[in-house]
Amino acid sequence: MALTDPGRYITSGGQLSNCLARPPRSHFLSLIHRHTFSRCTTQPEFNRATGCFVIDEAAASTSTTPPLTRKRKLDTTTTSAPPTSATAGAEPVRKASKTKQKQVEQVEAALPATPQTLVSDKPMDSDDEVNSVISSDEFGGDADSSVGDVEDFGADDSDVDFDDLPEHDNFETQEKDLKPRKKAFEVDHKVYSPEDIQRQQDDQVAEVSTLLEQPHEDTAILLRYARWNKEKLIEQYMDGQEEVLDKAGLGQDVQKSPPRIETIDGFMCDICCEDGPGLQSLAMKCGHRFCVDCYRQYLDQKIRGEGEAARIKCPGDGCNRVVDAKSLDLLVRTDLTDRYHQLLMRTYVDDKENLKWCPSPNCVYAIECGVKKRDLTRIVPTVQCDCKHSFCFGCTLADHQPCPCALVKLWLKKCADDSETANWISANTKECPKCHSTIEKNGGCNHMTCRKCRNEFCWMCMGVWSEHGTSWYNCNRFEERSGIDARDTQARSRQSLERYLHYYNRYANHEQSARLDKDIFHKTEKKMTLLQSASNMSWIEVQFLEEASQALQRCRQILKWTYAFAYYLARNNETEIFEDNQKNLELAVEDLSEMFEKPTDQLSGLKVEMMDKTTFCNRRRIIVLDDTAKRLKDGVWEFNVDLNKPV
Amino acid sequence: MTAPLPKRIIKETERLQTEPVPGISAQPHDDNARYFDVMVQGPDGSCYEGGVFSLELFLPDDYPMTPPRIRFLTRIYHPNIDRLGRICLDVLKNNWSPALQIRTILLSIQALLGAPNPEDPLNEAVAKQWKENQGEAIKTAREWTKLYAQPKQ
Repeated sequence: MALTDPGRYITSGGQLSNCLARPPRSHFLSLIHRHTFSRCTTQPEFNRATGCFVIDEAAASTSTTPPLTRKRKLDTTTTSAPPTSATAGAEPVRKASKTKQKQVEQVEAALPATPQTLVSDKPMDSDDEVNSVISSDEFGGDADSSVGDVEDFGADDSDVDFDDLPEHDNFETQEKDLKPRKKAFEVDHKVYSPEDIQRQQDDQVAEVSTLLEQPHEDTAILLRYARWNKEKLIEQYMDGQEEVLDKAGLGQDVQKSPPRIETIDGFMCDICCEDGPGLQSLAMKCGHRFCVDCYRQYLDQKIRGEGEAARIKCPGDGCNRVVDAKSLDLLVRTDLTDRYHQLLMRTYVDDKENLKWCPSPNCVYAIECGVKKRDLTRIVPTVQCDCKHSFCFGCTLADHQPCPCALVKLWLKKCADDSETANWISANTKECPKCHSTIEKNGGCNHMTCRKCRNEFCWMCMGVWSEHGTSWYNCNRFEERSGIDARDTQARSRQSLERYLHYYNRYANHEQSARLDKDIFHKTEKKMTLLQSASNMSWIEVQFLEEASQALQRCRQILKWTYAFAYYLARNNETEIFEDNQKNLELAVEDLSEMFEKPTDQLSGLKVEMMDKTTFCNRRRIIVLDDTAKRLKDGVWEFNVDLNKPV
Repeated sequence: MTAPLPKRIIKETERLQTEPVPGISAQPHDDNARYFDVMVQGPDGSCYEGGVFSLELFLPDDYPMTPPRIRFLTRIYHPNIDRLGRICLDVLKNNWSPALQIRTILLSIQALLGAPNPEDPLNEAVAKQWKENQGEAIKTAREWTKLYAQPKQ
């Protein structure tokens, strides 16, 4: 009998180490593994599901809507497709191949020109989707994209946006940027090279210079002082010229003539105490004169040592005068002036709310985007730099659509810190009521003997075992005492852990899969060359592989963040739509991913199918992003956390 | 250390000897002309009156581009001076100007003794006491001055 066998009593000593040997982190990993494995095995199921899809269509009219059909219905609404699919849905049950033929015909009938798109007589997994997509208003671009130009219709759209914008005078426009232009998830942005930024500064200096009747150098100092807010500067200047000049470091003119390097008899430098004849010196308008050597050393220290540029003051004690660019040019060599101008440029971009540097290493471009900080709860402003790096303008992290910045921050913090470790411990272990050793019970009966303090207690109620009398197995004190509370807390934290792990595993899985897909991508080029020689295809003809790989990367990135998003999403009617969209994208991505892994000799045969799938994935991606962004903007989503609360 | 002493330091040292500031003395070490032993008298009318405080002062290599390093050696009860004798003074940090000198800095330190600033504290505990019960704080400062800062006979 089990009770007589002491080996069955799970006690603290061994369990404690057991606990430590299996920390939650590795626990996650094991789950991720399992998930990755199941990816392959469940694949046919997915396919079957998609296949069923069309057949199920007829059942859509009945009240008992299976999840898949509901999903499809929602898709058509989200893509705002004209009722072509509705007519298809009204058809009675028929064989999948027939449906396809029929639908291809339908499409061809519906189209004004014959596009290259649906050349396939090959099976397409879900042509109804493609159908609905194609009949949507953006047909022109898509016809191209399914042939080969899948890469970036998003970017194409934004290019169009840029062309719409006037070249200049657009710098201060903000509000209208929030209005949807093409897609709800896209924001207007513009990439500037360092030269562009310099030109912008020069233009503004020139403009304000004429207004304030101040020399260029001084205007630049004034603008930097006002953080490039020229309206505010002009207003302040009109209210009190002296005060503004003084605060900006341009007050107390002693000398009227512009500064130049001079040799003055009997001059002694206050810094180095040199007074030799022929000592070159310079004084700005404040009249504090120092020798050129000391000035140089001082400027070098400020610019190179402290990274200061916009507000380098006169070396004189208590003098507020700011060193202007002209005096600086007189004094220092070009390598230092280069650094100086670089720093000035940096402060310019930092001061402007609508400008940000591209965070990619060694990238010199800055991005202009009108999205303000307060809008970040309603929009995820992903921008793309000319260096191809996509990042969020709000938080400058790598693109995390559709998840808003605040949730990303919370999520990353949650994944990084130990809160879930604690959660795992509280969900899976109990403490010895006497010595508080952490115990994990991995089998046996409820009669526990703590290996450490020899305390005998009941695992169910945590009470002393001797009080249990003869009721060995059923703890009849179950409902009494504080045991209920303890169990409630445990259940709650177990539930919360499970919920977190559910989302985390999927998030981590997509992250990992994206990495794996990327590895494959590196092999893609080799594959493409192989395919070229194996099937007499031209280089252009094998481009579809690269496009498929890029689509996979992008979709996985989005899928990853949909899970972080979903974790914080409070359930309401809208969440189902989101989950369905998410599921659809996931199905498409897994299908494509599977095809992608096929051996090279099979790839040429899969070309059309893969191209279709790639288009389809990109479609689904846009649907997920567009729908989520729209609802985010409209404030439809409800979250478990407050987006406005700083982390 | 073998580099010749800059003219600036030589001149400053000379001037400190020939025209000493009242209540302040600074003496360079024989073996290191950049290291000074400093004595500062507590200003009259302050709670440090009658005390003589010794400090150490070091001129770093890039002096006067960077400020001198100064530290109290005598224990002192002051909201802007911590237990190690480090001093919280703007001209020793970001408001340093190469046109400032050892004598001006020492004068600033003497002035700081005359006007403690508990709003910008380095020593939290002292500053708290200073704000909540100034009478008591001043009393403690006087006691510490008597206890630690008496001129050596």
